This record gives sequence, C-alpha cells and structure tokens, in this order.
Amino acid sequence: MKRDTRLAWINGLLLPLLNVLTAFAATAVLFLLIGVNPLEAAETLLYGAFGYSEGIGYTFYYTTNFIFTGLAVAVAFHAGLFNIGGEGQAYIGGLGAGLAVFMLFPELSPWLMIPASVLGAMLFGGAWASVPGYLQAYRGSHIVITTIMFNFLAATLMVYLLVKVLREPGQMTPQTVLFPDNAWLPFVHDILPAFGLEMERSPLNLSILLAVFMCFLVWFFLWHTRLGYAIRVTGLNPHAAVYGGINQKKIIVVAMCISGALAGLVGINELIGYHHRIIMNFHLGYGFGGIAVALMGRNHPFGIVIAALLFGTLYQGGAELAFEWSNISRDIVVVMQGLVILFCGALEYMYKPTLIRWLAPVQEVRS
Amino acid sequence: MNFAIELQDIDKRFGAVHANDHVNLQVETGSIHGIVGENGAGKSTLMSILYGFYQADSGSIKIFGNEYQFTDSHEAIAAGIGMVHQHFMLVDNFTVLENVILGAEGGQLLAEGLQAARQSLKELEEKYGLDVDLDATVDSLSVGLQQRVEILKALYKGAKILILDEPTGVLTPQETDELFKIFAALKAQGVTIILITHKLREIMAVTDTVSVMRRGAMVAHLETPMTSESQLAEHMVGRKVLFNVNKEQVEAGDVLLSVKHLNWTDSQGVPRLKRINFDIRAGEVLGVAGVSGNGQSELLEVLSGITPIQEGSIQIKGQTFSPKEQANPAKMRTMGMAHVPEDRHKQGMVMEFRAAETAILGYHTDDELSNGPWLKPALGRERCADLMQAFDVRPDDVELKSANFSGGNQQKLILAREMEHNPDVLLIGQPTRGVDVGAIEFIHQKILAMRDAGKAVLLVSVELEEILSLSDRIMVLCDGEITGQMDAAKADERTLGMLMANAQQAHDPLQSIASGEGQS
Repeated sequence: MKRDTRLAWINGLLLPLLNVLTAFAATAVLFLLIGVNPLEAAETLLYGAFGYSEGIGYTFYYTTNFIFTGLAVAVAFHAGLFNIGGEGQAYIGGLGAGLAVFMLFPELSPWLMIPASVLGAMLFGGAWASVPGYLQAYRGSHIVITTIMFNFLAATLMVYLLVKVLREPGQMTPQTVLFPDNAWLPFVHDILPAFGLEMERSPLNLSILLAVFMCFLVWFFLWHTRLGYAIRVTGLNPHAAVYGGINQKKIIVVAMCISGALAGLVGINELIGYHHRIIMNFHLGYGFGGIAVALMGRNHPFGIVIAALLFGTLYQGGAELAFEWSNISRDIVVVMQGLVILFCGALEYMYKPTLIRWLAPVQEVRS
Repeated sequence: MNFAIELQDIDKRFGAVHANDHVNLQVETGSIHGIVGENGAGKSTLMSILYGFYQADSGSIKIFGNEYQFTDSHEAIAAGIGMVHQHFMLVDNFTVLENVILGAEGGQLLAEGLQAARQSLKELEEKYGLDVDLDATVDSLSVGLQQRVEILKALYKGAKILILDEPTGVLTPQETDELFKIFAALKAQGVTIILITHKLREIMAVTDTVSVMRRGAMVAHLETPMTSESQLAEHMVGRKVLFNVNKEQVEAGDVLLSVKHLNWTDSQGVPRLKRINFDIRAGEVLGVAGVSGNGQSELLEVLSGITPIQEGSIQIKGQTFSPKEQANPAKMRTMGMAHVPEDRHKQGMVMEFRAAETAILGYHTDDELSNGPWLKPALGRERCADLMQAFDVRPDDVELKSANFSGGNQQKLILAREMEHNPDVLLIGQPTRGVDVGAIEFIHQKILAMRDAGKAVLLVSVELEEILSLSDRIMVLCDGEITGQMDAAKADERTLGMLMANAQQAHDPLQSIASGEGQS
C-alpha cells in the first residue's frame, strides 16, 4: 500500500477509532470507580440505544441534530473558521422555521409549507452566522469570540421573544401556539406502517432524510463546485487563495452563512418534526456537540454521519443508563460526551506519531 | 591520518526508499569538506544521522576516533558537532546573547549565565573574527549576521565540527565572501567544516575535499583542486549538464507591461518600493537582480494584483491600473498575466490538495474547467495529466497529494499551470529555488521558450547566474530602488554585485569583491 493511502487510513479511520476506544476505556474506569460493572453498563447503553424500536427512534432523532450541527462546523472549518456558534444558529434557525409557519399560516399545503419552513430555518441560521462572519472578514474580530457571544445573544433574544412577543396568549409557559398540522413533518412511526413495518412512537421524523440529503449536498458542494474549491483553498492556505484570485473576505462570509444555515436545520428536526411549536432551549448541547462530531468525522460528511450516530447513541443510551441504574445520574451522558470530546478533539493527535512510526514510516527525505 | 568524522557503511531505508546506501565518508580534522548532490540524493538524511535526528539501520559513526551511537542531537552536540540549518533557528526579538544561550541557560536565574556567556562569546568572536553586537536584537541584523549568530551558537556549545546546510542561499555575494573568510578563520583554528550546497562554484572556491551523492549513494570523493564544476555536475546527475543556455536573438516587440512611478510602503511605514519605472516588451526577459528582501517580493505582489497599488500605475496591454483603478489577481489573469510565485509552498499551491486540484488554482473559474458554479473534476484531472506530461512532472499521478512531490516537480507543476495557460505577461519569482540540476535546465528552457514565443517575462531571482544567462535586460533592485538597468550582454557578476550592494553595504563594495576574488 502506498504511504499516502496508509496515512489516509490512519487519519481517517484508525485514529478516530482509537480515540473513541480510549474515551470508552476512560468511561469504563469511571464506572468501576462508582461501583458499576462497565460491561453491564455498556449492555444497558446499547440496549437503550438499539434494543427496541422506540430507543432506535430516539437514537436517530438525536443523530439527525448532530448531523446538522456537525456539517455546519465542518463547512466553516473547511474555510479555516472555527464556528462555535452552532447553538445560537440552531436556536435562531428554529425561530426562522416557526416564523415561516406563522407568516404563511394557515392555508398553505404541506408540500409548500414545509419547504418554506426549511428555507426559513436556513435563512435565519445563515443570517445569524453571517454577522460574526462579516465582523471576522471586514473588522478582524475573532470568529471564536463573536460566535460564542452570539450564542448568548440568541438565548436572550429568544427568551424575550417567547416571553413578550410570541407566547401563546393566556399561557404561563414561554412557548408559541401549536403549529397548524400542515406544518408538521411526518413521524417515521406514522410512515412505516405504509411499508408494512411497525414502530413504537418516537420523535424520529423525516428530518433524518433531509440530514442525509444535506450530507450529500455538502460533499458535492465542497468538492465539486467553484465556491467549494475556493472555500477549501481559503481554509488550507489563505496565501494561495489570495494568489489564486479568491476574495477571502467574501468566502468567509459565505462559508459562515452556509454553516449557520446548516445549524439552523436543527430547528426543523426539533420544532417542525417533533415539538410543533417554538419552545425554549430545544437546541441545547447540539451546537457544541457538533464541534466534536465534526472533529471526529474529520470534517467529511461521511465521517460526520458515523460520528453523529455515535453521539446519538450516547445521548439515548446514556439516558437509559441513568434510568436503569440508581447510582448513575443523567449527567453521565455529559461525562461520556466530555470524554469523547477530550480524546477526539483536544487529544486528537495523541496516537498519531506512534501510529505513523509503526505503520507508515517516512520514506523520502529531501536534501 | 587524523579524521574528525568517519562514517562507515551507513545504511538507512525509509520503507521502500533507500535514502542512504552503504555510505562511507571520511573528513580530515581541520578541513573544509563539501557534499553535493541533487534534491533527494540523501545528503540531508546523512547529516541527520550524523546529528542524531535519525538512527542508521546499520553502519558506524566515529567522531575523532571514538565510536558513537547517537540517539538524539544532544549527544551529537556533546560529541562536538554543531549544525547551522538552512532556515535559522533564532528568536527574532531576543538579543544575540539571549539567542546563543538558548538551551544552555545555566540555571534558573539568567543573569549569571548571561554574564558567563558574554565573556566566552567575546573570546570566540575574537578568536574566529566573528563580529556581532551581542546586545542587538536578531531582527535588527542582516541575514548574513544572523547566520553568524547561528555559527556562534554552535561554537558556544563546543562544536569542533560545523555542518552548514545551504548556508549561502540567502546571502549577497559580499556576505558570502564574508562567510568564506569566517570559514578560513575557523579552519585555521582547527575547526572541521562540512558544507552542503547546490552551488558548485562555492564548492570549488572554498572546500579542500568534496563528496558527491547520487540516489542515496556516495559516487565520488574528490580533492577539490583536482576536479572542476562540470565534472562535479556530471557526477551529480550521471550525465553531462549544459550550463550555458543557448539563447537565440529575438527582436523585442510592443511594450506589454509598463510600470510607472510605483511607490509602495509597508504597514510599518518602511518604503519597500521607490519610484519604480520599467517596460517589458514582447519577446523579452527582464531579469530583476538583487539580494532577497530588497523589494522584489513586493514588486511581484503589486504587479500580480495581490497587494493594492499605493502610488503609480501598471499598464498591461493598454489597460491601466492605479490606486483608483485597483487590480486584483483574478483581473490580472484575465488580462493575460500569469504569476509563478517566489514561495511555491506559501502561495503557489495547497500542500494538502491533490495535484489535480493544485493544477487549477487561480483558474478554477475558467469556463473550460467549470460549468457555471459547478466544477468539472474530470476535466481538471485531464488538464493536470496534460500539464504533467508537457513539463515532465514525476510521478505523473494526478491524485497524489501536492506535498508529496519533490520541490523540483512541484515547481514544474506550477510553471506548467501558469505557462500552459498561454499568458502574454509572465511574472516568475525564483524559478529554480530548491530545484535540482536536471530540472533547472528544463525550467530555463521553458522560460526561454516563452520569450521566443513573444511573451513578456519578468524574472526575479537571487541567482545571478540565472539572471545573467536568461535575461535580455537586467534591472537591479536595492533597498526598493532601481540602482541600475542594462543590457544583459553588458552585465557581469561584478557590476551587478556592486549595484546590488549600492545603498546597503556600509563598507566599500569594491574592496569586498576584490577580497572575494583573492580567495577564489
């Protein structure tokens, strides 16, 4: 095998796999410390995630969110930008989806209403992300700082809107009225019987198809379009981008818009697909989870699907764990996620030198 | 005999590549020994083994008669080996003194170590004639002086053997002469010097003995006085190399590029280009000579549209660009300008990209390569394969990562991309930097072919030989100013050297050249 191919295997598969295994090993140690048999815990976790159809539904429902935010982080990353604002963009995306529904309320057919809400989510998410993008490109404000600040802005803006402006009249809860049912994305458990399959009720809805479609779209966009090419050049070598006549400032803003639009789709899965109204904090954790998903998935759509599935599994299986074991709390999910992020994100390259020395030593040294 | 270094049967493989094939080398104590070879011949690997970066698969290393098994560079340093890298390893905003004691501070508190170091450095400076102001910050020093700091560093750590990797690549002819004087002083004090270089002339001028490497093996050990440049070159490539480029006379045509009153000041307020005026005609190569850092890079960047014009104008094929009517790289390309950047890694390519992707950089919006917003990757690969064939890029694998080509082949790919696009004006920066002898010849022929085809070529190079053999006219830049323009036929290294040093050298340039001649 060529060294290039071997390196690609190491970087693309072996390294993430080892990192995840390390995170699991660390989790196992943690379980031992609190007196839980790690093997039994793993069994519970896997059963919770895949053992019965409701669990599977939840797992894929969470996975859908992670695919959206993972793709969002990845697109920005290909342009050399670290978009930490997935949380805010997802939140505002939900607002966009909801507003689209209320604006077009109520007579539109679902065939138009749902695409309109998708468009609304992408527009709002993209617009929200474009501001930090603009500030980075034209004012030199660091994107990490601004996107994180925009998360807080989004949170407070949504509280204000849900409490003061959009709240269902006469209700104490800060949420809107229910969407009309022409703005409901069908649940998978409602569709499967048509194919002769049974499934318990779960929040899993057709957004998952949208997520898969977006994966393909992002892949095609990055590797088969001019703009995608320009984005990758900008991310990998800004000097070459300038040399190549690529307008970096424009690319930064555009990449952030696309990134934000993808994050905004979380609002579709959550609100149009499940809650059917704008609620508070439906987005929590997915924006940040997306960073780990993108890192683990090597910023490639295919990898992101795998990584998102892992996170979805942890989310759902972890909930099951907390439910089954009295000495494990719901927080264990956060701990496990944290360990995965630690080993896949912060310590991403821990094993790399060793692996390369073993499996693909340098062949050529230039004098 | 008394040998400083004895390498016996050193063998090193990296996977399938035999980087060092049973190499033997003996270097006499107190001599200057040159090692030459093409890129990838194994020189750097051999020196890395000697310096403890790599371990040899087999073979033995003897330093001053004692056998060593180095596992890292500290052990090599302890054995008396010092290395001056091609790229200096200095902290710019530290003083010379602080840089020298880096890694040898001698305790938690600096003052004492600094004091002791100052004392012994003074002695070293006197002993070897290495004059540097110990309290100057490194970034205030010229490249030549920075190199001295590197040498001082090595000597301070007790080096008795100095390895210098391409030390003259960044120096003016005058600075090179100074360096060679230092070599003489070091040699007189019994220091052994190993000089790795591409420049055969320097080998001839300064070394006592020379070894030639080719494809990992030592192919010749020669006494310098008994050999010649052409013989060395023959050993290096295994065939005869033509050093003189055959140039046909071409009648220069219309002015294709005209630059008027160009001034450019950097962000720190330092003027980098001052009152630049020149024309280039069709079928003409204008060589820009100068020590690097005297405005050449800025000139290329302004001309190619990368940096905005601040003052003055650029006229290309009748279209004028000025501070009001700014150019940009994309616009310049549509005007028929192509640009081979000085620093191919930084600007000319994306290391992580496949060759086929690097091969469309700057042209990805061409209608040939894209259909509206959609790229045509298959066409891109085809184009890349054509370029590779036309310019003999090896390996001709369009899927190979750009970083995995050798320097010469990367350069050929970039040249191919820019030249095959049939530009009218071609800007070329350092076309053969870090490129091996065989490829240099090829690149030179291609540049001349552009000229013969009636293109206007602006050639920026720090290699005077290259400028002299390719140019029709030569323009010398010094400190951002044109210090001379002349017909290439009337130019020689000596006059150019003087012009290059014009405003920069404090001492009399004539004298330094004269002493340089005395040495070679």
